[in-house]
Amino acid sequence: MFTIIGLMLTGMLLGYFLRKQNLGKIHKAITVLIWLLLFLLGIEVGGNEQIVKGLHTIGLEALILTIGGTLGSVIAAWILWKALYGQKGGQA
Amino acid sequence: MKGSLIIVGFFIAGTLCGVCQLIPADFITDSRISFYALCALMFCVGISIGNDPQTLKNFRSLNPRLVFLPVMTILGTLAGSAAVNLILTHRSLTDCLAVGSGFGYYSLSSIFITEYKGAELGTIALLANISREILTLLAAPLLAHWFGKLAPISAGGATSMDTTLPIITRTSGQQFVVVSIFHGFIVDFSVPFLVTLFCSL
Repeated sequence: MFTIIGLMLTGMLLGYFLRKQNLGKIHKAITVLIWLLLFLLGIEVGGNEQIVKGLHTIGLEALILTIGGTLGSVIAAWILWKALYGQKGGQA
Repeated sequence: MKGSLIIVGFFIAGTLCGVCQLIPADFITDSRISFYALCALMFCVGISIGNDPQTLKNFRSLNPRLVFLPVMTILGTLAGSAAVNLILTHRSLTDCLAVGSGFGYYSLSSIFITEYKGAELGTIALLANISREILTLLAAPLLAHWFGKLAPISAGGATSMDTTLPIITRTSGQQFVVVSIFHGFIVDFSVPFLVTLFCSL
């Protein structure tokens, strides 16, 4: 499982050593790999009858998780906002 | 926006292929092709981060007190996701936290979670994190009004450095651009670590 994170850190080191080079193509490669992986995820979802049948419940669960996570983060941001700027309105 | 639509398009195309059984799903699972593609992806992501020291240099102009914003976003999101676990009782706490740890970075988090926990939770992660991005794009002005100008940045999560940056700039103001990019960078970077952590607990 941690192979993947190890690979990312190795990539960072390599990228840093090659920073004089223009590696513009890497962003294209990332995009194509993301397309491929989402396509593969789609195939697994579509081929799994249980997931297809439960897609509406899955969607509802996802929505609840979105609202919970986002609400938690904005409340935390509000606490920091109050702590840093009080009532005064902000300068970053 | 166009980029996001293409990504979702590939997911939908894959789903249709799966439903029509054009490509057998067992073959995908057995061949571990997605694992190797994920390894290649993370290697490339690493290279692109290491190759761009300019982004890191820009952070010098950041207000030092605002370095806490990414921490608040991460803790707040995890607390919110844990609270949701009280409603979604049939999911484990770590599943909820893993989905929350996507922070809007739907492509990477859904891929990781599919790899570790299977396609069902992966799909939840995809939908939950896409809707986080959409929610931020739609609600940024309201969030800034109710919860202060840092709120749209936190809501944007990992996307506050790219897709939601324009709306954040418009609602919170130009002076929050650097903190928004810094925030996105840190939260983005935390995604693979936190998702892996919660999937392995």
